[in-house]
Amino acid sequence: MNLQVDLREENSVQHFKVVGEIDAFTAPVLREKLSELTVQQGVKVEIDLSDVEYMDSTGLGVFVGYFKQVKESGGHVKITGLSPRLKRLFDITGLDEVMDIEGHQEDKGGFNDATV
Amino acid sequence: MMQPYDYVEIRVPAKAQYVGVARLTISGLASRLGFTYDDIEDMKIASSEAITNAVQHAYKDDEEGEVVVGCALYEDRMEIMVADHGQSFDFEETKKNVGPYHDHEEGMFLREGGLGLYLIETLMDEIKIHHDEGVTVFMTKYLGGEQVEKDVETVSS
Repeated sequence: MNLQVDLREENSVQHFKVVGEIDAFTAPVLREKLSELTVQQGVKVEIDLSDVEYMDSTGLGVFVGYFKQVKESGGHVKITGLSPRLKRLFDITGLDEVMDIEGHQEDKGGFNDATV
Repeated sequence: MMQPYDYVEIRVPAKAQYVGVARLTISGLASRLGFTYDDIEDMKIASSEAITNAVQHAYKDDEEGEVVVGCALYEDRMEIMVADHGQSFDFEETKKNVGPYHDHEEGMFLREGGLGLYLIETLMDEIKIHHDEGVTVFMTKYLGGEQVEKDVETVSS
């Protein structure tokens, strides 16, 4: 089981693309990859989870921790590409109220080079 | 009266890399019973949470333990038991001893790591927890959602 995390910058927004399954084994990898980006004052981060097939509370924990860290530096984290399953996880934990999340369908941002 | 069931037990080392292996096994068994995609995904998360808890306890105590996952497959439900102490359990005996889980007021909000039990409770139909020489989590998922009343006639195809 693998987790892949890539980072690229576009229009001063830091984009993380996460691919794979996030669980107890891979969550530490995710945390480490996120921490490779130095959190600067007012940083804007987008985390694309459209290719995450599985996630549980270990993943939520990482995102909550990261969210707090970035927020303390006056930055913003947006989580995008949530499948209905992943969206539900944020909904039932109440995290949708505090974090900026966006589902698959909404697709407002023009960043995805979706191949249909 | 005791309903007949098939019982499958797997034991994995209390290490994070085996959580996914156990999760796949449970997914396969749930699929065998005919659970829907969403129910199977719920069960994958709930069982992973319980197994992750067990693995983290073992890690904290610096033990090289095993996690035992027992699955009972009934016609109308699946029961999953996760124990963080090595020895195999007597499924029926352990089931008698587990009590209801009350402690939901605990604030899970924005606290890293506190979400696991909350998710199990939300995603499964029933959950019981037993503390003895370790922690045993016992959870049930009914086919077709919540438990149907006994006198409701079940339609068989």
